[in-house]
Amino acid sequence: MNAQPQRDAAAIAAEHQADTEAVHGDVSVDETTLSAELAGADASATASADVAEYAMRLGDDALILSQRLGWWISRAPELEEDMALGNIALDLLGHARSLLHYAGSASGRSEDDLAYWRDEPEFRCAWLFEQPNGDFAHTIARGLIASIWMQELYTALSQSTDASLAAIGAKSVKEVAYHRDHAVQWTLRLAGGTDESRRRLLVALTDLWPYTDELFRDDELHERLEGVAPRPSGLRAGFDEIWSAVLAEAEITEADFTNSKIGQSSGGGRHGNHSTHLGPLLAEMQVLARAHPGASW
Amino acid sequence: MSTPGDVAGEGWPLYEVFVRANRGLSHVHVGSLHAPDDDMALRNARDLYTRRNEGVSVWVARSTAITTSDPDMKGAFFESPAGKNYRHAKYYEKSAEVPHL
Repeated sequence: MNAQPQRDAAAIAAEHQADTEAVHGDVSVDETTLSAELAGADASATASADVAEYAMRLGDDALILSQRLGWWISRAPELEEDMALGNIALDLLGHARSLLHYAGSASGRSEDDLAYWRDEPEFRCAWLFEQPNGDFAHTIARGLIASIWMQELYTALSQSTDASLAAIGAKSVKEVAYHRDHAVQWTLRLAGGTDESRRRLLVALTDLWPYTDELFRDDELHERLEGVAPRPSGLRAGFDEIWSAVLAEAEITEADFTNSKIGQSSGGGRHGNHSTHLGPLLAEMQVLARAHPGASW
Repeated sequence: MSTPGDVAGEGWPLYEVFVRANRGLSHVHVGSLHAPDDDMALRNARDLYTRRNEGVSVWVARSTAITTSDPDMKGAFFESPAGKNYRHAKYYEKSAEVPHL
């Protein structure tokens, strides 16, 4: 008699498994591992200190932008836009997981350790990603700059001599292409919509454009990672080409939003100097993990 | 007669979404959504209905462009064959003379 309940439990588990397979096809949701998601990556690869620093920069960009976009869920103008921004946030979270997992391999830390147990000066994200959501136009303007840059970046990264970074780049580039399309579609609609939507878009571009420059700055890390990490300055020409084309289609000229009084951002994000907006974001993102260390669902 | 989505006061028009699961199959209606225009409707459909490898092709159509049967006319539309068994092939006996029919 004792064996009976156990058999039942096994049968129930098998049934559940079958149900899960029926719903999700050949994707086993619970057991999806990072290595399985990344074709060509070696799951046991350990990053060097320099590669880990580089992966942390990109991982933090994706993580912080993902956290920002998650705010829109339940607050977007329409339910459909909730889903779109939420899906983009989830894609970015996936990129962050892969990049931070790899970055953590250098120091024996998990992606969760890096996301939840680092303080503000240890984050390496650029200032663009920390900026508040603002109104919908601000979120779209930030998304436009970010996604054009990310598509150039991940296209180049897919050619990296580091197999793990190349795999992350190759996987991410398809998702980022969709993020760019979403941002472009909304940029065109806001620019060509009402007087108010166009005015708000231009305000958003004026506010966010100064943070673009930081994304393209080379430093000593890129010198040491020749062939592994694309040089940020090398991505500028490709970015400018797409950027100009989008602006032309939206009938916006750079003079409409560049403000010489604002200049460039200080751009200290890569070295741990952040804008005032990162602290509150981290407080909200990390509070649960820190209040209940080691908790799981 | 009103059609779905033809409701005053809705912000964005309603669209119906059709997904084709595989080559060779037909597009099947999977649901509806709101979108500001046709291009965004297609993108919203991608976000709402094809995130898990569901298909190889998506159609969207303005709900107002679809004319539907009236639910109150269900009887007249769908129940008239009742009692007319001769409309079904099974009603007829196979002829012994024609074995491969």
